[in-house]
Amino acid sequence: MTSTDLPLRTAPSRQSEVVVRELRPRQPGRRSRTNLTLGDSALARVLALAALVVMTVIWLLPMAWALLTAFKSETDASDPAHWFWPRHGFTFHGFSSVWQRGDLPLWMLNSLLVSAAVTVITVLVSAMAGYAFSRTRFTGRRALFALTVAAVLVPPQLMIVPWFRQMLTLHLVDTYAAVILPQTVAPVMVFILKKHFDSLPHELQEAARIDGAGHWRIFWSVLLPLSRPMLAAVSIFVFIGAWNNFLWPFVSTSDPALMTLPVGITSVKDAYGIQYAQTMASAVLAAVPLVVVFMFFQRHIVKSVATTGLGGQ
Amino acid sequence: MSSPQAAPRTGAPSGRRPVPPGLLFALPFLVLFAVFMLWPLGQGLWMSLTDTSLSAHSPGFVGVDNFTEALGDAAMWSSLGHTVWFTLISTVPLVLVALVLALLVHTGLPGQWVWRLAFFAPYLLPVGVVSLLWIWLYQPDLGLYNHLLHILGLEQVAWLSDESVAMWAIALTTLWWTVGFNFLLLLAALQSIPDHLYEAAAIDGAGAWRRLWSITLPQLARIGAVITVLQILASLKVFDQVYLMTKGGPNGSTRPVVEYIYDVGFTGYRLGYASAISYIFFALVLIASAVQYAALRRREK
Repeated sequence: MTSTDLPLRTAPSRQSEVVVRELRPRQPGRRSRTNLTLGDSALARVLALAALVVMTVIWLLPMAWALLTAFKSETDASDPAHWFWPRHGFTFHGFSSVWQRGDLPLWMLNSLLVSAAVTVITVLVSAMAGYAFSRTRFTGRRALFALTVAAVLVPPQLMIVPWFRQMLTLHLVDTYAAVILPQTVAPVMVFILKKHFDSLPHELQEAARIDGAGHWRIFWSVLLPLSRPMLAAVSIFVFIGAWNNFLWPFVSTSDPALMTLPVGITSVKDAYGIQYAQTMASAVLAAVPLVVVFMFFQRHIVKSVATTGLGGQ
Repeated sequence: MSSPQAAPRTGAPSGRRPVPPGLLFALPFLVLFAVFMLWPLGQGLWMSLTDTSLSAHSPGFVGVDNFTEALGDAAMWSSLGHTVWFTLISTVPLVLVALVLALLVHTGLPGQWVWRLAFFAPYLLPVGVVSLLWIWLYQPDLGLYNHLLHILGLEQVAWLSDESVAMWAIALTTLWWTVGFNFLLLLAALQSIPDHLYEAAAIDGAGAWRRLWSITLPQLARIGAVITVLQILASLKVFDQVYLMTKGGPNGSTRPVVEYIYDVGFTGYRLGYASAISYIFFALVLIASAVQYAALRRREK
């Protein structure tokens, strides 16, 4: 939003200067004596640590409570007299009954399928468009790019009614295509990738051209390999967004066999009645995939949010 | 001109004018963009001028009737009010708490991995999970929070069924769920502040508070402003957690405008009217963006 029309060809985006530096804990290193933000005071360290611990406990408490409930029996979960520690011990019953009903694994699979498709299409299509806007010349290029940037402002919530009407017209209601396709239009990703390609040195392209490489070779074999970190960042971002998207999948599917995780898990809320242990067991199971992924790829995910999260500001 | 490899990027000066390769590269995006963005935007605008319905009758042109009806529709105004109110009470803590968390983690205290996981992990939960979890936390007789209030000797709260509390409860859930995102952005910004600024200040004898006020916060001003803008735009679009936790209740007291659009269009079958309200909502988003854009620009000068 800082600048709509960017004719700059070589200047790296301001965003990348500010944010791209990898997130890392400040090294204690050689000057471990003086902390640059806290100073030398031991009291300050203790206070800051205490504040952090308190906040962390507050933030982890809901998840701990969900886990605790999930391992209780239904009677214990709804017993106000023993609200904390279960009288009859812990059980896997909540998990096994949720898993046996069978729809949760199906929704996970749907979510995986939809998110993967959205990610692959979005990233490929946006990278190609970013390349076209950054590295090629054709009539209407500037106008089309300006239109793309303007479209960043359009909230997807505005689109649900016309999208739904459109899916009726195209006879796509209750299909994977209906869930996937509208999510693949990501003007902001085109914008981010265009700025990214702007920041790569031009000499590479010229060298490849002299070697006889065409646009496709330059794009696919020269620029994309160089852009791996950026593509990873954008992909992770798109994937998380698609994985957690609720409104459009909710509007576009009524067939439980096509539901994604966020939609499916809430569709049975009423069916559970007041079976809190089962509800929390399903919540825990539904939460596991991305949280586990986060534990393994924390660095990449953190970096992805830091580079992509500002939307190329 | 036989192979696309040879096509110069400025377009061939030959007579046949082949499709410029750049356009070919942009084409997949442009097709998706035209089909799933421009077409629906146009169709939405057209529907807003008709009485299109989900039921079978054929739509008729009604001019600006939908818009005049909307302007006199108390339910629409109250839903817009709820959206703006939610935006206010969610944006302020979402930026400030994120800042406090980022400053605390940035001190480099041991356990970085744990802090980041604790604050960011909720962001990775699908909204369905978040809603189920917090409905359970807020449950009046069995939920965790009322038990904790009881232990502290405080009065129990009807979190989601008391009209004066429900919106705050949803804002609290939203804070817990999404603050990690702003937290990471601010942490990244903090880590890109050059060390030499702090070192120079330390040599000048500036204490920790002084460094916070004179170096850290001013250095964060720009990115903080951008994060605030993005947060306002995100909060204006609120729907999911409200719909899932209260269905807009109690008594419609938390229903945001996006839910009103959903209710009118998909429960009330009035797609035309829903489109008109969608465009009014869009106008609100555009006005908010324009105001913020102007403010950011002024700052930068």
